[in-house]
Amino acid sequence: MKNKIITAKEAVAGLRDGMTVFMGGFLATGSPEVLIDAVLETGVKNLTVVGNDGGLPVGAYGATKARGICRLVDAGVVSHLVASHVGMTPIVAEKVNAGEMKLTLVPQGTLAEKIRAAAYGLGGVLTPTGVGTPVQDALDELGREKKVMEINGKKYLFEMPFHGDYSLIRPSVADKFGNYYCAKATKNFNYVMAGASTHTIIAPEKIVEINELDPDTYDVPGVLVDYIVEGEKKWQI
Amino acid sequence: MADLKARIAKRCAKEFNDGDFVNLGIGLPTQVANYLPEGVTITLHSENGFAGLDAAAEPGKEDVDVINSGGGYVTTVPHVKFFDTSTSFGLVRGGHVKATVLGAMEVAENGDLANWIIPGAKVAGMGGAMDLCAGCPSVIIVMLHTQKGAHKILKKCTLPLTAEQCVSKIITEMGVMEVREDGIWVVELHPDFTKEDIQAATGCELHFDPEMKAMEEE
Repeated sequence: MKNKIITAKEAVAGLRDGMTVFMGGFLATGSPEVLIDAVLETGVKNLTVVGNDGGLPVGAYGATKARGICRLVDAGVVSHLVASHVGMTPIVAEKVNAGEMKLTLVPQGTLAEKIRAAAYGLGGVLTPTGVGTPVQDALDELGREKKVMEINGKKYLFEMPFHGDYSLIRPSVADKFGNYYCAKATKNFNYVMAGASTHTIIAPEKIVEINELDPDTYDVPGVLVDYIVEGEKKWQI
Repeated sequence: MADLKARIAKRCAKEFNDGDFVNLGIGLPTQVANYLPEGVTITLHSENGFAGLDAAAEPGKEDVDVINSGGGYVTTVPHVKFFDTSTSFGLVRGGHVKATVLGAMEVAENGDLANWIIPGAKVAGMGGAMDLCAGCPSVIIVMLHTQKGAHKILKKCTLPLTAEQCVSKIITEMGVMEVREDGIWVVELHPDFTKEDIQAATGCELHFDPEMKAMEEE
């Protein structure tokens, strides 16, 4: 059987300037920190980074270091952020206002479904979210206009699938085949992003042997996972 | 001076029945959970991924895997169920989260809601607010009736919308209003105010329900 466990450096070796990186986490809860370290070490720039929010800056909830997407924004390697909320990370607004970064805001549920559509072969999704709001008029993450469709008398926005180059995911527990689950509120985008990119890399907090746990323990099938990276730790407050 | 925000939260708490599944926004809406009538237990939706939100975690007892949608460490009820973002917002758009309680910058007489962005102000993003307002069968707005005297209930919103024609009820310190096909109807008026007072504090024509009652909360 193919050995999926490789180093973080090897896992992101194919990353190039301008690529699109999906990243799990909600205000950095469930964000793949060891993979962020590895992305920063590659020296790549002009990334399009996609996640729920901008992560957490130093000082948020007593954090002594930045966590999640904020680390990539701080390092200046993000040229386009696609997220639902950046209110906790003032640096995003500063960089957008300074013309250093582009921001595309997507409603949270819509962002999840665009990514899920890419992973699971749908041609897009119809959602009532955003009808009649600035989201309807805004161009999508690739600069395309959105269609409004009326179905059974109700208006919906047609939202296109969103594919990435890399999905970087943080399970709580995975087996060596890549079957995984994320504990409690760390699930967030860590489930829909698997398989939505050309490469799916997971960095589990704990790695167990195949067949060590009941297969029903896992929520996401390891067939979606290309590589597994060790070293992710539990966050310490 | 009465605690106006407590008045609003107490009145809103009466909207729920035992067993309801509800989303409470941050700030004043969160306080609603403190005033539920006896015998009424509701399950709170936390949009980042669970049904069964409880109080904030005590310092030193935090579980780092359990935050609410504002990022704070929280606790959960015994019947909690965690899920991913897709399921979380499937529950919202599918109408399974019965009601969402939110604040507002502006509400229009047709139920349009603006509460996510002020042009020129620091950008924050809509998070899950647009999904909640488009998806929940009942959108209840809890807020002070005016912004230091400036009208917030208007003929038409001037700020960018969060969702169209979504608001079902507005609860303020002055009264309780329902948004109906033909405009906003006052169904409860607080004894501290007259019909003229509440109309003067409102930027569109109010209708007074023939069955209008007094708002009971202090």
